[in-house]
Amino acid sequence: MEELPLYLQSIIAALLIFGAVFAFIGSLGLAKLPDFYMRLHGPTKATTLGLGAMLVGSMIYFSVTKGSLTLHEILITLFLFITAPVSAHILSKSAIRSRIYDSTGMVEEKTRELF
Amino acid sequence: MLTYAIATAFGIVSAAILLNAYRLFQGPDVLDRVVALDTMNINAIALLLLAGIWWSTDLFFEAALLIAMMGFVGTVGISRFLLRGDLIE
Repeated sequence: MEELPLYLQSIIAALLIFGAVFAFIGSLGLAKLPDFYMRLHGPTKATTLGLGAMLVGSMIYFSVTKGSLTLHEILITLFLFITAPVSAHILSKSAIRSRIYDSTGMVEEKTRELF
Repeated sequence: MLTYAIATAFGIVSAAILLNAYRLFQGPDVLDRVVALDTMNINAIALLLLAGIWWSTDLFFEAALLIAMMGFVGTVGISRFLLRGDLIE
């Protein structure tokens, strides 16, 4: 890669490390939390904050190296931010439908009212 | 400096993919495995972005966009199959 100025390298590196750390935190929540609904709560944060920061860093890098404003990453960002709540909602609906209960017992009471 | 930062981010995202593989093998239900595969799609997009910055090429963004779209379609398809019993009634 080319020799960028140091402040641009620092900004891009900070954004990339921030995003990677948040993706790791979301995956750690997916691996360690005790309940399905809690585990569903983790990867949405990995999607929005982690990939959002990494896409912003990538956009800054390619805008600087090409010399003009490149907005390819806006497509990925927009698509992910639209589709992540939809997929999480459909996953939680299928979890309630297939009688996955949580550890507190709230979902069980609501499901007994539903079915 | 940016080289070391990209290498470190590679390592962190690879550890995240290993955690998703643990949940994929140890999930008590089918939907846990579906969520693990969805998160693996997200982390694969992150790895493709890092590879595109590493080689400073523009060719990885189409692959990342394709993985995002097809991952969403697959997650919604499996979830609707588990919700309704079939995809198209």
